[in-house]
Amino acid sequence: MAYQLKVNGSVHNVDVDGDTPLLWVLRDVLGMTGTKFGCGMALCGACTVHLDGAPIRSCITPVESVAGKAVTTIEAVGKTPAGREIQSAWLAREVPQCGYCQSGQIMSASALLATNPKPSDADIDQAMAGNICRCGTYVRIREGIKHAAQSLAKRKQS
Amino acid sequence: MNTTRRRFLQSSGALVIAFNLPAAIGPASAADDKSFAPNAYIRIDANGRVTMIVAYVEMGQGTYTSIPMLIAEELEVPLSSVRVEHAPPDERYYGNPLLGGIQATGNSNAVRGAWEPMRRAGAVARTMLVQAAAQRWKVDPASCRAEKGAVIHAASGRRLRYGALVADAAKLPVPKPDSVTLKPREQFKLIGTPAKRLDIAGKVNGTAQYGIDAKVHGMKVATIAISPVSGGKLRSVDDAAAKSVKGVRQIVRLDDAVAVVADHMGAAKKGLAALKIEWDDGPNARLSTADILRDMEAASSGSGAIARQEGDFGKAIAGAAKRVEAVYGVPFFAHATMEPMNATVHLRKDSCEIWTGTQVMARVQAAAAKVTGLPPEKVTVHNHLLGGGFGRRLEVDGVVRAVQLAMQVDGPVKLVYTRETDVQHDMYKPAFHDRFAAGLDAQGTPVAWSHRLTGSSVIARWAPPFFQKGLDGDTVEGAAETPYAFPNMLVEYVQHEPRGIATAFWRGVGPVHNVFVVESFMDELAAAAGKDPVAYRRAIADPRAKAVLELAASKAGWGRPLPKGVGRGIAVQSAFGSYQAQVAEVEVSPKGEVSVRRIVCAVDCGPVVNPDTVRAQMQSGIVYGLSAALFDEITLKDGRVEQTNFGDYRVLRINEMPQVDVHIVDSTAAPGGIGETATACVMPALTNAIFAATGKRIRRLPVGEQAVPT
Repeated sequence: MAYQLKVNGSVHNVDVDGDTPLLWVLRDVLGMTGTKFGCGMALCGACTVHLDGAPIRSCITPVESVAGKAVTTIEAVGKTPAGREIQSAWLAREVPQCGYCQSGQIMSASALLATNPKPSDADIDQAMAGNICRCGTYVRIREGIKHAAQSLAKRKQS
Repeated sequence: MNTTRRRFLQSSGALVIAFNLPAAIGPASAADDKSFAPNAYIRIDANGRVTMIVAYVEMGQGTYTSIPMLIAEELEVPLSSVRVEHAPPDERYYGNPLLGGIQATGNSNAVRGAWEPMRRAGAVARTMLVQAAAQRWKVDPASCRAEKGAVIHAASGRRLRYGALVADAAKLPVPKPDSVTLKPREQFKLIGTPAKRLDIAGKVNGTAQYGIDAKVHGMKVATIAISPVSGGKLRSVDDAAAKSVKGVRQIVRLDDAVAVVADHMGAAKKGLAALKIEWDDGPNARLSTADILRDMEAASSGSGAIARQEGDFGKAIAGAAKRVEAVYGVPFFAHATMEPMNATVHLRKDSCEIWTGTQVMARVQAAAAKVTGLPPEKVTVHNHLLGGGFGRRLEVDGVVRAVQLAMQVDGPVKLVYTRETDVQHDMYKPAFHDRFAAGLDAQGTPVAWSHRLTGSSVIARWAPPFFQKGLDGDTVEGAAETPYAFPNMLVEYVQHEPRGIATAFWRGVGPVHNVFVVESFMDELAAAAGKDPVAYRRAIADPRAKAVLELAASKAGWGRPLPKGVGRGIAVQSAFGSYQAQVAEVEVSPKGEVSVRRIVCAVDCGPVVNPDTVRAQMQSGIVYGLSAALFDEITLKDGRVEQTNFGDYRVLRINEMPQVDVHIVDSTAAPGGIGETATACVMPALTNAIFAATGKRIRRLPVGEQAVPT
């Protein structure tokens, strides 16, 4: 069946089964490979995207359930204020190692910062515990989120 | 000659320096002109841009920044003007010196192998550029200096950028690498500074290309079910339901596997789930972990190949005041790289093209040539970033499957393992069985030490020439050589290859097992002697070990009182040419739940190229080691791996991450490895801390439910 998707502000028509996970539509049908496959069971967070601004695991999200809603991926999260700050903090703090999980980490962190501009350590734990990093970049992820929160606050002041 | 290399070398108007990474580990052989075969290249073009072709791959460890730093330091160019290209697969040109000429990145040796030759290559190029400028100005080269990508003649205030000099420099004779002067350490401008990594930008905006992201026109996507029992075969498949799944194009039967080829992975997975597969499980149908461990224990009762013998162990233990014995074990661990195994293959009548992320490009090429019957030069490998290596991508089993699949598919096909297939068809870190005995004198000092380790030798399969007389250097690293002086010592290795499960390198390789058991048993000896674990080690440790031990202990506040249920544990190691000590501080609940509060590391890895990378690699190795030591184990039941995904093969999460403090020793020792070291050291630091907190000695990993206080 054909579904109409709104991804990063563009409308796409895709002809797939309705139960096809959004992840594979993004990666294999639309060719947007920034969103990563890690587990297929919402256990690792590598596939995190935003649906109307909220973080979701695209590997278990049927494409039929997102019709009419706005999907944002790593390719466009830099256009949001929180996403932009997170990405620049990730660069400044050199968070990634192998980098494979970082799209998902950035999407989760951006969603956190968009709703909670000054997250505590406990807030960070709660928002980020669903995102595994096998290279162990957690120390820098935490620093990156705090760095981004400060930059965002400064930007709002000025 | 490979086309990429030819194109690289033939570009006109550029200065190309070909240089040589030495061919084997051990004392450097004298430079021999006749045998000189360049295996690495730097090119400086007319715009002053510097391109290097390096054989090391980037898998998150910062190699693509550390290696260019070495060249840039001596070439006197900003790091930002250096670009890196992957070397094409060709072991004749790009073999890793420390891996016996095999083109591979592993064993924490990228910086170790490159330290001297890369700096010399940079100095050779700089010398030629200075000479070209001096000739043009008709001045003495000694009156010129190089700085920021230009040659300067201070006396006359003249300055020429490298780009304007490369054509002249290319006509000059190339000085011998050992004739150029290298900077003394005090003059380093880049080495030792926290340089910005060169590979980060694409990793934060989604544009970084891993093997799994390969896009080839007309490509299909496939996923696979492999015989769940090693050695089993595909008996039959009913694919009627799978074929009716929208987007499924083809079902491919292999000898021991079946794959579904589809328009996208969603359809391939759905198709795979709809297959009704019958397997012929073969001889391992009933195999369990208990069988494997029993075999290993039986093998360990005989004597092994002698890895180290000092003094007379038998006599010394007979005369010892106290005797301590223990048996240790480590399980099979999976790699669980974040990027599951994958490869894209386009097989045509007379050629094969492969897109993947690998630590061993030349092996991928050779394996594909073997499977297809094509000559190796007809196989092109496009390497990509690696979504984690950890040793998994030193193997080519996944690529071989993809090529076998491609042989039955018309057009390009990308094979992606599901996470379950990735976990259940990994090649695992070998399990080991370790027997220890030690004799203590009246003061508690160890006067006799014996260790017999039994398990798989990965080297024996992966690099057979390095397995000699029942031994290889990796399997016994950290056991044959410890940081301690034992006057009477016997270390034996019994090679035992387990049935029904494949073994491979895993982050930390030999030391990750040996350091755990040696440092745990040392802790037992300290307890038996009634001594403080740090003081006990310190008394018999070599000078570098003593330095890291003292630094870690002092920074961790060793000896300061802790609340009930909290303990500190120490471990020290010499491995990969580096030393380190870690103090773990853990809290154990009355139910035995372990939370790791803090890890303090002291590291001596010789000269530090990029301290920021060292810190990142310590944090990284600690997470990798803690995940495995706390939670993980691959087990077999009825020949099948029981673990499936991150739910039952756990990885430490951010809320479980301890504080990590890294202290780097200012060292003049030879450069050592860093990428794998912390993974080894953290395991015994953790279990020794659990002992301190609870009195419970963990002799078998993972910790799991064992930490209930006694």
